[in-house]
Amino acid sequence: MRLPKGRTGCLSHPPLSPPCIQGGRLACALFLCLGLTACDREQRSLNGQPKAETIALANDPRDLSYQENSYQLSQGQRLYKWMNCSGCHANGGGGMGPPLMDDEWRYGGRMEDIVRTILHGRPNGMPRFEGKITEQEAWQIASYVRSLSAQQGQDVLSARPDSMSASEPPTLAERGKVLPENNLTGPKDEQN
Amino acid sequence: MSGGDGLDGALFNRLFALFLIVSLTMLALVLAFLAAAWFRRGGVRQDGVADENGRASREPLLRALLIGWTALIAIGLIGLTFASFLTDRGMADAIPPDRRTINIIVTAKQFWWDVNYAFDNEPSKNIRTANELHLPVGVPARVTLKSSDVIHSFWIPNLAGKQDLIPGRVNDLVLLPNRTGVFRGQCAEFCGIQHAHMALDVTVESRAQFANWLAAQGKPAPAPASPLQKAGYLYVMNRECSGCHAIAGTAANATVGPDLTHLMSRRSLAAGTLPMGRAGLYAWVADPQGVKPGNNMPYVGLDANELHAVTAYLETLK
Ligand code: HEC
Ligand code: HEC
Ligand SMILES: [Cu+2]
Repeated sequence: MRLPKGRTGCLSHPPLSPPCIQGGRLACALFLCLGLTACDREQRSLNGQPKAETIALANDPRDLSYQENSYQLSQGQRLYKWMNCSGCHANGGGGMGPPLMDDEWRYGGRMEDIVRTILHGRPNGMPRFEGKITEQEAWQIASYVRSLSAQQGQDVLSARPDSMSASEPPTLAERGKVLPENNLTGPKDEQN
Repeated sequence: MSGGDGLDGALFNRLFALFLIVSLTMLALVLAFLAAAWFRRGGVRQDGVADENGRASREPLLRALLIGWTALIAIGLIGLTFASFLTDRGMADAIPPDRRTINIIVTAKQFWWDVNYAFDNEPSKNIRTANELHLPVGVPARVTLKSSDVIHSFWIPNLAGKQDLIPGRVNDLVLLPNRTGVFRGQCAEFCGIQHAHMALDVTVESRAQFANWLAAQGKPAPAPASPLQKAGYLYVMNRECSGCHAIAGTAANATVGPDLTHLMSRRSLAAGTLPMGRAGLYAWVADPQGVKPGNNMPYVGLDANELHAVTAYLETLK
């Protein structure tokens, strides 16, 4: 290739014309702008109590601020250990208290049911935590308890959960028919 | 520049000088090569065609130089790694084994320091405090560093270099303060939303003062005297607070938050966030999330009477 007279050295080698460079810059800028649309962060509400209850039953509106929210969930995970839930329920597998990672709920598995269980206790040995933890903390723990049976999306879970967790949402998974060969090792539930 | 007034100053300065000399030599060499390349540039003729012959004749020399250069870098880096390893071990072994030392276990938590003075031969003298270190001047203190959540870094610029606290690992550091004074320590590894408010008050004092402090810290909390204090005491014992805090001499013995037994003897509240005192206590207990958003003490929502009572009780914890 012949270069215009007077231009020497490596700088003149890449045959990029100015319009081409400008086009590239523009494309780059547009591409970076695209990134801005991904800046919608989850909300952390650090302060105060959960919003007031407006509907007595069925899906409580407070669900929305504690479910599928990784900050609330990971705070719940810490509190679960700090408040010694693990002392009776282990890391969800159960001990003196019932397992929390299976699909069986004695008192309901919705957020509001779990919060009620935590705050008011249950007759067969579940202590009452009202006044010992704040209402906000009870909601945070409930969010974590639901994640134990995989009822929260994978993307909100703590990156390094120190506990067991059911991989598939057992409450959502359809229970398969127990086939004869499965019977050899007992009912499906006892296998996992 | 140095490791401060601590024990490791001399060792550290030697290591620093070594690093400086090696890096300056390398820098000088790089610049020399650059200059040589600049002056001997060529190989491209006026018409832009490479001068293959000229380059080929220099090839063996170039290769020798490159091999030499790579070897130099490798030797330099290995040497420096070895030197810093030796310095680190030197610092760890710097106290003669027969010399009396103090053992302190510091556990970093988001976002405060849990401090335990451990007396191996007299465990009953062990004390637990938070966000402060008291050190007798001239006595080496062996600090064991742990973390219970994420990586933090322990840094008292006036006494020693930084040392990380890593969950699941134990690190150690020896402090040998050689003058009295009050110094500030600070977490030096970003650990979350309140990393900036994770300070440590370090008091270096005479041995007699230190012994007094230790004796005072070993005492349990006094019983509440006035009715107001008593109400506060009952609140702290029966409500949320006792689920996280310990007060020696009472039923509260949780370890989630700082030990409050001698709260008022500390210089600051919540790891250097507020000065210690009645105003700070009111602000903190009323709304810790307003004072230090994102810390691990929840907003409990005490009403005015409860707040007065709890603060009155906390003020007795001298
Ligand atoms: C002293 C032991 C103990 C502690 C501590 C404890 N639990 Fe329980 N928990 C129980 C027992 C026992 C039951 C069963 C109660 C019943 O069947 O009436 C239970 C029941 C439950 C249930 C209801 C399960 C269902 O099937 O509906 C939930 C949810 C629960 N606990 C969560 C927690 C959480 C969260 C904590 C910590 C804040 C906790 N528990 C602390 C013993 C304990
Ligand atoms: C869920 C656990 C928890 C509960 C409940 C709790 N705290 Fe705390 N508290 C903490 C933590 C964690 C810190 C350290 C915060 C920081 O500095 O980052 C703290 C710090 C403090 C401090 C400052 C201590 C210091 O040395 O700087 C005081 C005082 C205090 N809490 C009093 C109370 C009182 C009074 C209550 C009851 C109304 C209470 N706390 C309830 C966890 C808790
Ligand atoms: Cu930090």
